[in-house]
Amino acid sequence: MSLSISLTINGQARTVVLDDPRVTLLDLLRERLDLPGTKKGCDRGQCGACTVLVDGRRINSCLALAASLDGAEVTTIEGLAEGEILHPVQAAFVAHDGFQCGYCTPGQIMSAIGLIQEGHANGDPERIRELMSGNICRCGAYQGITEAILEAQKTLAEGNRRDAA
Amino acid sequence: MNRFDYIRPASVPEAIAAAAVPGSAYLAAGTNLLDLMKVGTLRPERVIDITRLPDLDRIEWLPDGGVRIGAMVRNSDLAYDERFARMFPAVAEALLSGASAQLRNAATVGGNLMQRTRCAYFHDLASACNRRLAGSGCDARDGENRLHAVLGWSEHCIATHPSDFCVPLVALDAVVEVEGPHGGREIPVDLLHVLPGATPERATALAPGELIIALRLPAEATGFSGNARYLKLRERTSYAFAVVSAAAALEFEGGQIRKARIALGGVAAKPWRAREAEAALTGVPASREAFAKAAELALADALPSGDNAFKIELARRIVVRALSLAVEGTPKIMPALPASPFSTTAGVTHVA
Ligand SMILES: Cc1cc2nc3c(=O)[nH]c(=O)nc-3n(C[C@H](O)[C@H](O)[C@H](O)COP(=O)(O)OP(=O)(O)OC[C@H]3O[C@@H](n4cnc5c(N)ncnc54)[C@H](O)[C@@H]3O)c2cc1C
Ligand code: SF4
Ligand code: FES
Ligand code: FES
Repeated sequence: MSLSISLTINGQARTVVLDDPRVTLLDLLRERLDLPGTKKGCDRGQCGACTVLVDGRRINSCLALAASLDGAEVTTIEGLAEGEILHPVQAAFVAHDGFQCGYCTPGQIMSAIGLIQEGHANGDPERIRELMSGNICRCGAYQGITEAILEAQKTLAEGNRRDAA
Repeated sequence: MNRFDYIRPASVPEAIAAAAVPGSAYLAAGTNLLDLMKVGTLRPERVIDITRLPDLDRIEWLPDGGVRIGAMVRNSDLAYDERFARMFPAVAEALLSGASAQLRNAATVGGNLMQRTRCAYFHDLASACNRRLAGSGCDARDGENRLHAVLGWSEHCIATHPSDFCVPLVALDAVVEVEGPHGGREIPVDLLHVLPGATPERATALAPGELIIALRLPAEATGFSGNARYLKLRERTSYAFAVVSAAAALEFEGGQIRKARIALGGVAAKPWRAREAEAALTGVPASREAFAKAAELALADALPSGDNAFKIELARRIVVRALSLAVEGTPKIMPALPASPFSTTAGVTHVA
């Protein structure tokens, strides 16, 4: 049974023919759409390495059936930078050493963007840690990750104020 | 994962007709279903995608003050709904203590209610498991069973139900609305999950093909909104299932407890309502002694099913602690660590 779905991925409309409905969003991105930035850690919802935004919300792409997301807008780590200019969250991760080996980082960054948009952390490091608990870092870069998010949240809020003015 | 046919019905009747064929499974967000399909515990031949069914993603306030929540409402949308969190704070707190922000963004009300046990042997095809394959045995009996049930278990299965959400729901008399091949019916959440007895392969009261379409909380439950808590002990601070948990809700009148609600999580194959403990608190002033007695009653029938005798005393303490927190009052804002016994508020002790 083959099935055709449409997705907007990093702003680009894509039509994908699935010869088999078993494919997850994670495998679709990595194996079929040449977007390997999204990482596979556990493949079972337990690590957060596969975090992407679907219709603006962070989810685990390893536990999402691609066929079910027909029509969705997906943002991956590849869709953040504008040319050489990093997204403020990416820049903050670099500035604060928010990683060591880097394997969890795409998931951390996508999750951080989701967290900032959700707006429940209010600059409280404890709330940031709690709301980032779905992203495990084997290297233990948590201190830098929390600092990076605190800074990025400020930068983005200032940017929004400037845009509004 | 086994091969399956993917079916995307456009209406509830179409979904129910599609699921009437044996070997069908409903797919909501898939955070539990796909996980279990990857390891082979579940092998549905037909996957019925219910994510596009109309009108199931709404929170409706009923004229009498109760609330009706569509089965497709996402866990995070419900927990952060301002009015819902104000009226049913222990439910919001339980939701926010479950899984991770990403999983809560995806997970649905129906899927959370219907999630399966986390017993490791249920997830491992090389192990004997009566729940996965009727009559095959139970490797948990002589295996890693620290976290297994202490109430309501049987020789055939000692698994627990893992949901946090369901614990305050049972305490507050929530009801699910179900549609099926033979029409609609309502089931109290307390009767939705069933104890294993001799048939652990049957985890819920739903008949094959029945679909949860909504969850209702009665207006009466809003009476507890000022004194309701959920407390969840985990093996790490966040992103872990409960070792034991408790929902406690109190209503006061003239310095005495007018009504009490208590339910426990992580102790049985269903969220465990402690009605005798509630009765013992009715009409008495709140005190440590009264709470200790309630906790004794709540765990009176508890028995270890393996290396888990510690959970019985832990559950008693969590009941006392949850009741004590309920007396202090529902926090004005959601705690930074929802349902956690650890607090970062200066001056608040970590020890009950
Ligand atoms: C790493 C991890 C950690 C987690 N931690 C927690 C935790 O701490 N606390 C907690 O409570 N939960 C936890 N969960 C479980 C999570 O809450 C569930 O996976 C989620 O709620 C399931 O919702 P879903 O929409 O994804 O359901 P699905 O996976 O789509 O469905 C789950 C089951 O319910 C059935 N179903 C779905 N909707 C309906 C319906 N409307 N009517 C009838 N049947 C239906 C499906 O057929 C399937 O059998 C965790 C999960 C993971 C992966
Ligand atoms: S406790 Fe229940 S779920 Fe676990 S192995 Fe035994 S029968 Fe299976
Ligand atoms: S790969 Fe998806 S959570 Fe680990
Ligand atoms: S940087 Fe190595 S796992 Fe996080």
